[in-house]
Amino acid sequence: MTGKATTPRYLWRKAKSDLMMGITVAATVVTLLPLFIILAYLAVRGASSLNLAFFTHMPAPVGEKGGGMANAIVGTLELIGLASLMGVPVGIGSGLYLAANRGSPFAGAVRFGADVMMGVPSIVVGIFAYAMVVRPMGGFSTLAGAVALAVIMIPLVTRTTEEMLLLVPHELREAALALGVSGWRTTLWVVARTAASGIATGIILAVARIAGETAPLLFTAFGNRFWSTSLTDPISSLTVQVYTYAISPFPDWQRQAWAGALVLTSIVLALELGVRWVTSGSARAVR
Amino acid sequence: MAEKLTTRHLSAYFGQLRALHDINLAFPPNVVTAIIGPSGCGKSTLVRCLNRMHEVVAGARAEGEVLLDGDNIYASTVDAVMVRRRIGMVFQKPTPFPTMSIEDNVAAGLKLNGVALRRSERDRIVERSLRQAALWDEVKERLRRPGASLSGGQQQRLCVARALAVEPEVLLMDEPCSALDPISTARIEELLLELKTSYTIVLVTHNMQQAARTADLTAFLMPGN
Repeated sequence: MTGKATTPRYLWRKAKSDLMMGITVAATVVTLLPLFIILAYLAVRGASSLNLAFFTHMPAPVGEKGGGMANAIVGTLELIGLASLMGVPVGIGSGLYLAANRGSPFAGAVRFGADVMMGVPSIVVGIFAYAMVVRPMGGFSTLAGAVALAVIMIPLVTRTTEEMLLLVPHELREAALALGVSGWRTTLWVVARTAASGIATGIILAVARIAGETAPLLFTAFGNRFWSTSLTDPISSLTVQVYTYAISPFPDWQRQAWAGALVLTSIVLALELGVRWVTSGSARAVR
Repeated sequence: MAEKLTTRHLSAYFGQLRALHDINLAFPPNVVTAIIGPSGCGKSTLVRCLNRMHEVVAGARAEGEVLLDGDNIYASTVDAVMVRRRIGMVFQKPTPFPTMSIEDNVAAGLKLNGVALRRSERDRIVERSLRQAALWDEVKERLRRPGASLSGGQQQRLCVARALAVEPEVLLMDEPCSALDPISTARIEELLLELKTSYTIVLVTHNMQQAARTADLTAFLMPGN
């Protein structure tokens, strides 16, 4: 009678299997549900306040209808751009170093440091930038905000660069060395080039991460109700603007905060989709 | 016959482990010398010592001398990079550079060494190398395609062409056919016979028939000796 689908043992195993399957499905739903609720709620609340003026106009004074967040959108882009300008080269450089000096104690210390830095609360990074840039320069500035964001970015870029370089087969490195190519040229033109799309992915993810940061900007870039692109003046950003508007008592500002949150989420989402596009294109190149 | 390449009391280590014991071998010019032996006996380590690729692995080092035209390549004044330009190598598995086209793969050794070439000069070298590797007729219509788009046997010949493009004097081949089908293997073997007129070739193989078919001299390596 063994092998028949109705034996008690079979039924018991089937029940266990179904139970485990049910648990994993439930866990998946719990994981994804907040994402869809957030997106749907943002879309409903934000879209109604979203119009062309939101992108082109400056914030309106309290009590006045309308106005937009043009300065905050530009400010966020400027902060991200400046932070990337500082953080990406440093991150890639140290990632190259870590991958090239795998075993050295110093590399181990740097790697550990980078991992710790990733775990440092972003508000602490803000305090660091306040002490290092705001105090010496005598005021809040775009530069201070960008430094804070760059500090968050560097360990992320460093570690993804290292991981991506280590994924490149050792044989490729040896093939280049056997052609009489020097060590650093091999690293740069063969290994790094092969890992380029992975490194680009890491950079975009780091950018997406800093685009959503609020805490480190509160006392570095500070925020600004007026138009400013100067590096040495306070600058507005979407995150801080959303924060300020959301806790304000004015319904009109609160509506605008929803719109700002929607725009910010869209920017981050677009970046993440960009990652998928970059990686799907390069999967073919590496294979 | 003056020897192109000679080893004198060559020993190789991986950390504490001694992989080669006191090897003394001579490789005459314009001859295919095969190295055979049981697996794990150090054949690959031996050829990797011949162009200083052994030391690329962390913890690996070599002792003794390897003479290229009478000069020790392990002398402290010699740069490993310069040695590898004179002694080319083809590996067990085909390793085309995945980001490069067929022609860029062939020219990689020159380009990555910073040799500035005129377009016409470069094309000439690419064609010459691919012809030498018996690959030209199969790829001449698609030189801009990725190197990884070729079949395994073609990729291996591409790697031969890439090694030849830098005009080495010696060509080391570490089981170049182990990943290939019989037809590709036959093509590579024909290639060896053509190439030996202008190069000194060292061929590692675990296939006795291949050694018999292609080699003029055969060295048999017992574990470590």
